Amino acid sequence: MEFVRPDTLEEALAAKAERPGAVPLAGGTDVMVELNYDHRRPEALLDLTRIAELATWSASGGHVRLGAGVPYTRLIDELGDTLPGLAMASRTVGSPQIRNRGTVGGNLGAASPAGDTHPVLLAAGAEIEVASVRGVRRIPAEEFYTGVKRNALAADELITAVHLPTEAAPAEQFSKVGTRNAMVIAVCSFALVLRDGHVGAAIGSAAPTPRRVPDAEAFLAAELPWGTDAPLLDSLKRRFGELVAAATEPIDDVRGTAEYRTHALGVLARRTLTWAWDDHRGSVRACA
Amino acid sequence: MTSTVEGRTTAATANGVGASPARPDGTRKVRGEFAYSSDLWHEDMLWGATLRSPHPHARITGVDVSAAVVVPGVHAVLTHDDVPGLNRYGLEHPDQPVLADDVVRYRGEPVAVVAADHPETAQRAMKLIDVTYDELDPVTDAEDAVHGEVAELHPGGNVVRHAPIRRGEQTPQADVIVTGRYEVGMQDQAFLGPESGLAVPDGHGGVDLYVATQWLHVDQQQIVAALGLTPEQVRLTLAGVGGAFGGREDLSMQIHASLLALYTGKPVKMVYNREESFYGHVHRHPATMYYEHGATRDGRLVHVTARIYLDGGAYASSTGAVVGNAATLGVGPYDVPNVSIDCWGTYTNNPPCGAMRGFGAVQAAFGYESQMDKLADACGLSPTEVRRRNAMSEGTVMPTGQTVDSAAPVAELLDRLEAMPLPADPAPAGGTADLRTLPGGVSNTTHGEGVVRGVGYAVGIKNICFSEGFDDYSTARVRLAAVGGEPAVTVQTAAAEVGQGLVTILQQIIRTELGVDQVTILPMDTSIGSAGSTSASRQSYMTGGAVRAAALKVRGALLSHAATRLSRTTAELHLDGGKLASVSDGVLADLVDVLGEAEFDETVEWRHRPTEALDPETGQGNAHVQYGFAAHRAVVDVDVELGIVKVVSLDCAQDVGTALNPQAVVGQIQGGSAQGLGLAVMEEIQTEGGVIRNPSFTDYLIPTVLDMPPMTIDVLELADPHAPYGLRGVGEPPTISSTPAIVAAIRAATGKELLRVPVRPDHIV
Repeated sequence: MEFVRPDTLEEALAAKAERPGAVPLAGGTDVMVELNYDHRRPEALLDLTRIAELATWSASGGHVRLGAGVPYTRLIDELGDTLPGLAMASRTVGSPQIRNRGTVGGNLGAASPAGDTHPVLLAAGAEIEVASVRGVRRIPAEEFYTGVKRNALAADELITAVHLPTEAAPAEQFSKVGTRNAMVIAVCSFALVLRDGHVGAAIGSAAPTPRRVPDAEAFLAAELPWGTDAPLLDSLKRRFGELVAAATEPIDDVRGTAEYRTHALGVLARRTLTWAWDDHRGSVRACA
Repeated sequence: MTSTVEGRTTAATANGVGASPARPDGTRKVRGEFAYSSDLWHEDMLWGATLRSPHPHARITGVDVSAAVVVPGVHAVLTHDDVPGLNRYGLEHPDQPVLADDVVRYRGEPVAVVAADHPETAQRAMKLIDVTYDELDPVTDAEDAVHGEVAELHPGGNVVRHAPIRRGEQTPQADVIVTGRYEVGMQDQAFLGPESGLAVPDGHGGVDLYVATQWLHVDQQQIVAALGLTPEQVRLTLAGVGGAFGGREDLSMQIHASLLALYTGKPVKMVYNREESFYGHVHRHPATMYYEHGATRDGRLVHVTARIYLDGGAYASSTGAVVGNAATLGVGPYDVPNVSIDCWGTYTNNPPCGAMRGFGAVQAAFGYESQMDKLADACGLSPTEVRRRNAMSEGTVMPTGQTVDSAAPVAELLDRLEAMPLPADPAPAGGTADLRTLPGGVSNTTHGEGVVRGVGYAVGIKNICFSEGFDDYSTARVRLAAVGGEPAVTVQTAAAEVGQGLVTILQQIIRTELGVDQVTILPMDTSIGSAGSTSASRQSYMTGGAVRAAALKVRGALLSHAATRLSRTTAELHLDGGKLASVSDGVLADLVDVLGEAEFDETVEWRHRPTEALDPETGQGNAHVQYGFAAHRAVVDVDVELGIVKVVSLDCAQDVGTALNPQAVVGQIQGGSAQGLGLAVMEEIQTEGGVIRNPSFTDYLIPTVLDMPPMTIDVLELADPHAPYGLRGVGEPPTISSTPAIVAAIRAATGKELLRVPVRPDHIV
């Protein structure tokens, strides 16, 4: 196995074009485990950790560009207020050691249905910035996940950043069920973003890919009493939960049953709606 | 005398028995500097790899190693044909092939081994070995294995042991009857240091093996039988052990590495990875248990009838002894006049099961404590009151007919737990509580919604040391001499330090008996006689007892020597802090001066009082040496809509006879309680058709610091007059009562019956 360690993005893109089978390595929290267990033996490893620009972020004009190599710990510390939903998801990733190494770019590269950040990226309407020697393009999150552990990258492309809209007073929630109170792979997860008449909602670990739940989103966008600080009716929360549950396509596996996943997502949908609406009401009151 | 550990500040001798000196390995382990068996290294060594069966039950029709042996860097590819001695081993019966010959009986059974100059080369060559199989139907249900029409997996059938216990009336009448069928899933020891060791050939046909194990001499016995060598030719030294909990009592890579080393003439190292480790050691027996408890209307037990099935998996391992424990301890720490228990341990094609902390007592406790809660409900009593009314005590006659002849403070343990303060009420829904205090933690599943509190109690009983007539002994050598102008003691035993802190205890015993501060514990190896296993909560009792006995012999010889030197009588002399003194004249001389060039060197083989085999028809007999008791109170917050559990507090009261090292005692109680918590709510090796579905720490979950609450621990010290220093084995009892206490608390919160552990979220919602 070759080990390629470029110093610049240009070199990395050239290397990836030359060796499309090279596996990019950032934190290594997924890739190294696969190598150690001989589940994967790529022709080459492409170590991206020397490329400083991948580990930077910038914010401007209601928008954050998050470099693919920013570890979760920095995301939580530096962007916890700006991207609360993504920070909530990041806090649930592995252990402190894993969060020190792991990155959103790596989560996207692995594209596991159980990846913790995917539901937030979907719900927030993120775009994935990818680059190759042919140029740069942005892929909307909802077009990124193409199958179990598959994504929309071309063989010569690398994930370089994630673009997320930001709000002055964000109403974002992420919630994840696991069978342990920390350091656990999602049995199922849910993200909800409320933004001025717009609703983003997505599920994780309950279908072959992370996915948005369009019927539930549309229902909520139409029915929420936007711009008021009115509390929500239980009937509305219940209906939202039912629509989210109806959108699941889960399986039975070692972590949980399909039936439980569907049930739990209905509960998470109701609860996160309550909390996100409380965030929204808070911002309405602050403006009044 | 009773006292809380926290209250104790002084000991008779500095850093002697009763003090809590720092462990010698503690700092190095915390800093990541401790050398574990997986860190062993030898110039020019080879790496071993093991080819394992992909099928739970199959006939081997061919093994072709030709593609593997020609891989550059490969030094040996060995199969059962290359095992020079008996191709069988086992703790109780030699029924397990070193390398499979005709039939494989579990997924993961070793079929061939490879040695190569690089671990990757060994792995690649291993995958080139072509084994052909005719798959057979696996037997995967323990009850079917006993009663059903299934294949016989071993000559003589599928019952490893059936232990009946019959006491009193066999058809008693009772006012109140409660029944239940309970299941315990397959728990793993989940030690962190994988199976590993290094075998070094001596150039004369023998081998030195450095290995992480629990019992050097029983390893040695099995290795010499398989290799066709003498014990003098196979020498074992304990390497750094990264946890054991029973899982290292059976062999893993010991024979394989030795075989490869002898065949190649080179040192061979083997280290399992985490997945292979799940195939490489035995697990806790899964259990199915049918219980009937009969009582008077006021909740006094009339009878207990039980059938217990323990799935031993493919090979016997220690199943027989586990069955003995589950049967003899099957009614728990209660006084029951009429008992009828049948316990079976079986062969199946599931992963082999054997020793794990609690050893049969854990499974039974989930059954009998669940029943005691049912009985409390049926009689309108509180869970603690029904237990108090039936609590055994010193003088109680066990279902085996054995009279309990030292403290059995079951009621007092419950009283002490009930007197402990309860934690503050759970946070209200929609509050701003720290997520880490709520079910689900930072996964943000609740802000208090759906959270219901529950409280549960349980008590457990465990036999300490080896039982049923086993010749249980330990050997210790103690040598006292002056070294560099200071009196110094060296202690040699073959007792495996597996992280429990025995080396510290042995130093403390020497300081107490000889008043010598400088105590060196020599490496543990087979150049001295057996110490028995580091299991059954027995090493402080047994090797502690042996070291104390050897130290007393040294002291006797020393005092005779001193009497001559000081022109005194032996009777008037005593040792006091490195001095020789007499009652009348005080300090007479420094020990080091009296010693001069003399040295005192004593070796003792020490036994506990004998036990008896159980009558095979009635299960009667004085089978156990000592009983240990612990009780837990669990408080849980359950998110009843999601089925997520947060254990809020897990308090424990345990009688330890005498706390030789109070800090180590508390550590054992914390660790054992955590292991019981794991079994209650998350730990299970899931199998399907004999195949493990979760052989990783990604999916075999053990508690984290956010799952394990702080504990209030009340340590009673009711000395056992039969035991060294009055001690009572500590390691296992807290594992036993922790699980049923937590499940009782979850039942209290949810109203669910919860007949199986671990409790999973979908059992609750």
